[in-house]
Amino acid sequence: MTRDIAVVAFAQTDVRRTTDELSEVEMLMPVLHSVLDRTGLKTADIGFTCSGSSDYLAGRAFSFTLALDGVGAWPPISESHVETDGAWALYEAWTKLLTGDADTALVYSYGKSSPGSLRDVLTRQLDPYYVAPLWPDSVALAALQAQALIDAGDTDESALAAIGTRSRRVATLNSHAQIRGPVPQGDYVVRPLRTGDCPPVGDGAAAVILAAGERARELCSRPAWIRGIDHRIEAHSLGVRDLTDSPSTRLAAERAGAFERPVDTAELHAPFSAQEVVLRKALRLDDSVRVNLSGGAIAANPMMAAGLIRVGEAAARVHRGESDRALAHATSGPCLQQNLVAVLEGEPR
Amino acid sequence: MSEVLKAPLVVEFPFTRSLGPVQSAFLTGLRERVVLGVRASDGRILVPPVEYDPTTADELRDLVEVAPTGTVTTWAWNHAPRRGQPLTTPFAWVLVRLDGSDTALLHALDAPGPDAVHTGLRVRIRWAGERTGAITDIACFEPHDGEPARLTGSTGEFADPVGGIVAAARLDYTYSPGRAQTAYINSLADRRTVGERCPSCRKVYVPPRGACPTCGLPTTEQVEVGPRGTVTTFCIVNIKAKNLDIEVPYVYAHIALDGADLALHARIGGIPYDQVRMGLRVEPVWTDGARYPDHYRPTGEPDADYDAYKELL
Ligand SMILES: [Zn+2]
Repeated sequence: MTRDIAVVAFAQTDVRRTTDELSEVEMLMPVLHSVLDRTGLKTADIGFTCSGSSDYLAGRAFSFTLALDGVGAWPPISESHVETDGAWALYEAWTKLLTGDADTALVYSYGKSSPGSLRDVLTRQLDPYYVAPLWPDSVALAALQAQALIDAGDTDESALAAIGTRSRRVATLNSHAQIRGPVPQGDYVVRPLRTGDCPPVGDGAAAVILAAGERARELCSRPAWIRGIDHRIEAHSLGVRDLTDSPSTRLAAERAGAFERPVDTAELHAPFSAQEVVLRKALRLDDSVRVNLSGGAIAANPMMAAGLIRVGEAAARVHRGESDRALAHATSGPCLQQNLVAVLEGEPR
Repeated sequence: MSEVLKAPLVVEFPFTRSLGPVQSAFLTGLRERVVLGVRASDGRILVPPVEYDPTTADELRDLVEVAPTGTVTTWAWNHAPRRGQPLTTPFAWVLVRLDGSDTALLHALDAPGPDAVHTGLRVRIRWAGERTGAITDIACFEPHDGEPARLTGSTGEFADPVGGIVAAARLDYTYSPGRAQTAYINSLADRRTVGERCPSCRKVYVPPRGACPTCGLPTTEQVEVGPRGTVTTFCIVNIKAKNLDIEVPYVYAHIALDGADLALHARIGGIPYDQVRMGLRVEPVWTDGARYPDHYRPTGEPDADYDAYKELL
């Protein structure tokens, strides 16, 4: 059985360095209300709810169950959760809709990184035997990948700086972005990556609504139909991988049908400048494709939400008639370890 | 709005992890200053070794010794070492392909500065003085001007192999409870219990979390509840908790404070444990300097009717 499934609404918070005055549910709730308002749906109308978050970020156990308070989960709803970026929650919701068990799905994710030290927190996702005891932080691992790209002749420090500069310039048009406009490239954080090559640490949340078939047309004047979506993972040992390439992204894109016809727009989840180089190569994006008009993850990278935001941003461009065929990419883990690719299309206008 | 509360929060665990045969051999080898890889399905030697082939997922068991010398395949200069990292002075993170291996190992390289490091640099292992069978038995790498070191001839069999590791993990946070719980905690400082009412279903939540879990709406109207309440249900605790100076057995109860639509939980005192019952009317007992009631005790009022609290069970 196949069903056409579309993203019909998207909402996100402004991403901010800290949200001390808000608990996670207080940060999330406005986004849930906003995305429901866009479709006129109530919680009770939603067939399936799926979220993505990680308790490690804020150091708060079972935070995802508390976040459900913001959904209004009584009487009991059909619900699931993934401990990773919300793009993977969207994938689960998409499969749920494919089964025909539900016609609509609410997908949300949030990350409150400000209470902790994100670079250190992320070491806890690494191989606990050989890697985590060394506490290699997230910037250090991204820097190893950047140096490998420089050694391979794929980029250099000035080209990397240009990626950050371009991203933050276009982010001036994105009111939700954390860093909008030029900032100095700055000193090395971990060489060869400088401040300008690294994403800001921030708190934020995002939500989308998926709907199947005619329901999608009722809820949205121009649904962003998911023509394909797939995710793939690479070996966890960094030393086994070729860090200058992303075969998992390429394979996910193939399975999502990304190479069947050109896309006009791409939202890439590249938290570090050098990762955009890898992704452009793996996805065969040339200069005809508008990449990261939102500013991308280098302008706002709320953990667990930044990947879902890529899907939401791509869908919103389809909704507004600014794109006919868009690619959205999300990543998780160190050095682009796991990658998801979705292809979204609008119907001819 | 009152100032948001903040407090340090330390999350610390010693993770005890058991090792499979391949990881055990590798880490025991490090203890004995021997580096072992494993032969993958395609014949490549993987270091550090894994138990399952990264491409085919086949079980891998064929251990092969490699040299403690090798070549840097990529690097990154870390001028500001962080807690827990291998060196406290500036160092390079490196991936090193050891002589005899086809893959690279992540570790630190002790070098005088970034100008002394490049991809292709020859390096060797600097062993830790005290070795226990852990990746940190490699203290770090250091530059090595020479040929591959000779092998020890190890077969991967050792006396007294390590069966597990204890990996300490500590993360430091600055916790803030958000708007609703900040207001709740500030009220408690005045010995008042203040919940919040849902604008839709009108239920009063104590402690408030900022949202009505039934309606999914923000709660903003503050409502003082209690101080008296009714025991809705309870249990008798017979095992003494670590770091808790309370004699067992004692009673821990759900208490619906007057005016609240959600029961909170607290200890019951001032009454023998076997006389506590559902419907018992109780009031908070505060101790000097405490930020919340030490426990609740009977008020002496008649017990509440079951119908008065059955919705709050
Ligand atoms: Zn309510």
